[in-house]
Amino acid sequence: MKPKLVCIGNGMAGIRTLEELLKIAPEKYDITVFGSEPYGNYNRILLSPVLAGEKTIQDIMLNDDDWYAEHNIALFKGHTVVSVNRKARQIFSAEGAVVSYDRLLIATGSSPFILPVNGSNLSGVISFRDIKDVHTMLSTAHAGKKHAVVIGGGLLGLEAANGLLKQGMEVTVVHLMDILMDRQLDFVAAKLLQASLEQRGLKFLLKAQTQEILGTTKVTGVRFKDGLEIPADLVVMAVGIRPNYTLAQQAGLHCERGIVVNDTMQTYDPRVYAVGECVQHRKQTYGLVAPLFEQAKVCANHLAELGYSRYQGSVVSTKLKVTGIDVFSAGDFNGTDKTEEIIFQDPSQGIYKKLVLEENRIKGAILYGDTMDSSWYFQLMRDETDVTAMREKILFGQAHNLGDAGHGSENRVASMSDDAEVCGCNGVCKGTVVKAIVEKKLFTIEEVRAHTKASSSCGSCTALVEQILVATLGNDYSQTPKTKPLCGCTHHTHDEIIDAIKRHHLISAKAVREFLEWKTPDGCPSCRPAINYYLIANHPAEVVDDYQSRFINERVHANIQKDGTYSVVPRIWGGVTTPDELRAIANVADKYQIPTVKITGGQRIDLLGVKKQDLPAVWGELNQAGLISGHAYAKGLRTVKTCVGSEWCRFGTQDSTGMGIKLEKMTWGSWTPHKFKMAVSGCPRNCAEASIKDFGVVAVDSGWELHVGGNGGIKVRVTDILCKVETEAEVLEYAAAFMQVYREEAHYLERTAHWIERVGLPHVKKRILDDVAGRKAAYARFLESQKYAQIDPWAERASQGVAAHEFNVLKNIPVKVESLPSATVQEVA
Amino acid sequence: MNWLEVGNLQDIPQMGSRLVETPQGNIALFRTSDDQVFAIADRCPHKGGPLSQGIVHGHVVTCPLHSWKIDLSSGEAVAPDVGCVNRYAIRQGEGGKLELGLAE
Ligand code: SRM
Ligand SMILES: Cc1cc2nc3c(=O)[nH]c(=O)nc-3n(C[C@H](O)[C@H](O)[C@H](O)COP(=O)(O)OP(=O)(O)OC[C@H]3O[C@@H](n4cnc5c(N)ncnc54)[C@H](O)[C@@H]3O)c2cc1C
Ligand code: SF4
Ligand code: FES
Repeated sequence: MKPKLVCIGNGMAGIRTLEELLKIAPEKYDITVFGSEPYGNYNRILLSPVLAGEKTIQDIMLNDDDWYAEHNIALFKGHTVVSVNRKARQIFSAEGAVVSYDRLLIATGSSPFILPVNGSNLSGVISFRDIKDVHTMLSTAHAGKKHAVVIGGGLLGLEAANGLLKQGMEVTVVHLMDILMDRQLDFVAAKLLQASLEQRGLKFLLKAQTQEILGTTKVTGVRFKDGLEIPADLVVMAVGIRPNYTLAQQAGLHCERGIVVNDTMQTYDPRVYAVGECVQHRKQTYGLVAPLFEQAKVCANHLAELGYSRYQGSVVSTKLKVTGIDVFSAGDFNGTDKTEEIIFQDPSQGIYKKLVLEENRIKGAILYGDTMDSSWYFQLMRDETDVTAMREKILFGQAHNLGDAGHGSENRVASMSDDAEVCGCNGVCKGTVVKAIVEKKLFTIEEVRAHTKASSSCGSCTALVEQILVATLGNDYSQTPKTKPLCGCTHHTHDEIIDAIKRHHLISAKAVREFLEWKTPDGCPSCRPAINYYLIANHPAEVVDDYQSRFINERVHANIQKDGTYSVVPRIWGGVTTPDELRAIANVADKYQIPTVKITGGQRIDLLGVKKQDLPAVWGELNQAGLISGHAYAKGLRTVKTCVGSEWCRFGTQDSTGMGIKLEKMTWGSWTPHKFKMAVSGCPRNCAEASIKDFGVVAVDSGWELHVGGNGGIKVRVTDILCKVETEAEVLEYAAAFMQVYREEAHYLERTAHWIERVGLPHVKKRILDDVAGRKAAYARFLESQKYAQIDPWAERASQGVAAHEFNVLKNIPVKVESLPSATVQEVA
Repeated sequence: MNWLEVGNLQDIPQMGSRLVETPQGNIALFRTSDDQVFAIADRCPHKGGPLSQGIVHGHVVTCPLHSWKIDLSSGEAVAPDVGCVNRYAIRQGEGGKLELGLAE
C-alpha cells in the first residue's frame, strides 16, 4: 500500500506542491485534499480581473474536478479541517470526515485582517480574498447599489476599488497613510498613481482613520475619527492579511508569525510540511505567489524523497494589476544613508523610474508608467550585478544598454538573454519559453501557459511572452502578421528561407523562389544577394555562384567609386608588406596612371580611380608580385589588423603579427552575411583595436583573450569577451567556429554585433564554449567550405578569362545614335 | 532610321548588361530574364552612376551608387524618385542579332 499524503488547503501553494510532486513522483502517494472553499483549485490572483469584468470565474479555474479524479486525488470540497492529532496521525473536518496520514502538508494560506471597529460584522462588510467575496461585490454592484468604500490603499484595495468602479459603483478609497501603496511606492510614484486613478473616477480619503461602520443590520456608512461620515452600501476591507496558523498551533506545531519551517519546508514535526502564506521561513512570511511556488517546488522534492533542494528565501517584486496603469516595485525602494538614487521623470508622459543603488548594485526599484524593463532590473538586482558600466544609460532600459540593434519591443525581446526571467510568479526564463515554443511547436499564448506556466499566474508578463512567441515563431504566430518578410517579393522571413534551403536541399535561387512561391519571377536587389549568400553558405560544394545576383563590387571584385571607376586593394597579410610588394604597387600605379594611392584604415593600400577595362591587367601585374585580392568589397573576410607584438615591441607578450597572418591565411576568401573584420593585439594596450572587431584577439601573458561582436562603424559597439585560450591552434579553432556559426545563423547583412544582440551572447557561448563537439564540427565545416572559397578572384579574371564580358565594351561606334522621346507626359493623359 | 549591328543577344548575360561606346557617351544594353533587350544611356538621372553596373530585376535596373530604380522600358525612375534617362531604339534580328537605331 502506498503511504498517504494529506493536504490541508486547496489553494495556490498546496496544489502547486502536488502538481510538482506528480511531475517527479506520480505514483508515490495516495493523496487527499481538504479545502474550505466549495470549488476546485483556482487562480486567486485573477480575482481582480474577474471583478473588473475582464475575466470570468471559468477563466481562472486551474484544476477542475476531472483533474483530481485523473490523478486519483480524493478531494473534500467545502470541508474545513478543525483539528490534527499528530500522535494518531489523523485529521478531522468540521463536516465529519476523519482521514489518517503518513505525511501532512499544511497550506492554509492566510485570512484577511478585519479592523476591530464597531460595525465590522454588519452585512455588506467584506474582505477581498475569495470567489465568495467577488460574488458579493458583483451582486451589490448589479443590484444598483451606488456607494462602495474600500478601506486600505494598498495593492489589493486598489484592485478592488478599480473593479468596483468598472462595475459602475462610486468608490472611495480610505487609507491611513498619506500616500497610496506606501509599502511599494515612494511619494512621487504614489502621487502619479493617485492622479491617474482619480482621473478614472476613484475618490481618495488619505490620512483617514476609520472609527466606526454605521448601520443596524446592513452597512449604511462609515465614520472617521475626525467626525466625517460618508455613505456606503458596501465596505471592502483590504488592510492586510494574517497567516492562518491556528490549526497548526493547536496541533502543537511551533508557530510565530506563521508556521515555522526549515529550508526543506518541514515543520518541527518531520512528518508535517507546510507551504504558502501560512508559513514563516527564516523570519519571513510571504504574500505573493512567486516565493510560494518556489517553496512548492522544494517541498515536492522532499515529499518525493529526492531531498537535494533547499528553499533559501526569495526576493520579491510587485506589480499592480489595473489595466492601463503600469506600476512595478521591488526591494528597498526608499534607500538608506548608504544608498544613492538614479531617477528619471517625464511628467508629460507620466513616466517615473527610480533605482536605488548601493555600491553600484541595485537594491530597489520603482517603475511607473513604463515597466517594460522591470524584469531586467529585477534580474540585475537579484544577481547583484555591478552596474557601474551602464549607470549613465541604465534608466533608458535594456535595449539601450545592449546597443541599438533595432527598434521597438520585439527587438528588446530578441536581445534578452536566455536566462533572463520573463515570468516572475513562476520563475520562468526566456530560454525555457523559447525552447518550449520550438520543441513542442506551440503557437498560442494559451499553449505557452500550459507548457511553461509562464504568464499563467498574475498575467502581467503576458505581453512579454507574446513578444517572445512572435520573435520565435516569426510568421507562424498567427495573431501578429507583422513579422518582417525578407523583402516585398515574399512573405517568408530570413529564418524560414534559411531553413528551407537547409531542409529541402535547395541549391539554386530559382529553386528557392519556386519552392517558397516568390511573388516576383526574378526577385529584387534585396532578396537576390541574400538568397545567393544563403545558398553558398549552406551548400558550398554544390551551389554555382550567381554573379548577376551580386552587388557590382562583389561581381567585379573591386569597389565602384562615385565616378564609375574602381578601387583596388590587394591583401596585405596582417598588415605586413615587403619592398617588392610596394614596388609592384608603385609600378602598377605608374603604368595605369592611377590617380590616388592611399593607406587605408585597415592597414593596407588602396589604388583609387582605376578604369574598369584596366582592372584585369592591373590585377595580373599585382598577381605576379604575389598580391591577391583583399576583398575590400566583400561581405566576407576583410582585414586582420595586427600590431608589432612581441617580435619588436617592449610590451608585447605574444607574436600578434604572426597570429594575425595565420588567421588571415585561414579565413581569406570566405563569404559571410556581412563584412567580417579581425584584429590581433600583442598586449592589453590593444594597438590593433581588437575590441571593436567582429573577432578580436588580445594577447596576455598566459595566452589569448578572444573577443566577439565588436563594431567600429556606424554605431560603435565594444566586443564581448568570449573566453581565454592558451595556444595559437585554439585561437584558429575558435575563430573559425565562431565565423562558421555566424555564417550559418545570421541574417544576410547582419553584422556580428547585431547578430549577437539578437540571439544573445549566452547563445553564442553555448555554441562555441559549452558544446565542444559542436565547436569542432563548425571548425571542420569552415575549413571544408574554404576549399571552394580560397580561389583568388583576380587571378581567375586576369589570366583565365573569367567574366571577360564585364571588362570589355561590346562595341564602339563613332556615329550618333537615335535617342527616343521620353514617355512621361503621354502616359498621364 | 538606320540600324547598326552591335552584337548578339548571347553576348549579354541574362539579367546583365554590356556597353556600347558612342560620341555622346556610353549606352547600356540590358538583357532581362525574359530575353528582352533595352538600350538606355549609362548615366543615372540621380548623380550619373553607371546603370550598366546595377542589378537587373524584372524590367528594372537598380543603380549601383545609391539604389535608384530605373524602369528600362520608359527610362523613368521608379517612384518615389523622379527623373528619366535617354532611351535608344534597339531591335533583335535573326539569330539574336542586336541592332541600334542610328540618327539619319
Ligand atoms: C578604404 C576605406 C577607407 C580608407 O581609406 O581607409 C574604407 C572605405 C569604404 N568603407 Fe569603410 N573603409 C575602410 C575602413 C573602415 C573601417 C576601419 C577598419 O576596418 O578598421 C571601418 C570601421 C570598422 C568597422 O567596420 O567596424 C569602416 C566602416 C565602414 C562602414 C560601417 C560598417 C558598420 O557595420 O557600421 C561602411 C558601410 C557598410 O559596410 O555598410 C563602410 C563602407 C565603406 C565603403 C565600402 C563604402 C562604399 O560602399 O563605397 C568604402 C569603400 C571605398 C573604396 O572603394 O575603397 N565602411 N570602414 C577603408 C578600407 C579598409 C581596408 O583596408 O579594407
Ligand atoms: C484579489 C487578490 C489578488 C492578488 N494578486 C496577486 C498578485 O498579483 N501577485 C501575487 O503574487 N499574489 C497576489 N495575490 C496573493 C496570492 O493570491 C496569494 O499569495 C496566494 O494565493 C497564497 O497561496 P496559499 O496557497 O498560501 O493560500 P490560498 O491560495 O489562500 O489557499 C489556502 C486555501 O486553504 C483553505 N483553507 C484554509 N484553512 C483551511 C482549513 N482549516 N481546512 C481546509 N481548507 C482551509 C482556504 O480556503 C484556501 O482555499 C492576490 C491575492 C488576492 C486575494
Ligand atoms: S567614411 Fe568610409 S564610406 Fe564614408 S566617405 Fe569615408 S570611405 Fe566613404
Ligand atoms: S547615381 Fe544612381 S542612384 Fe545615385
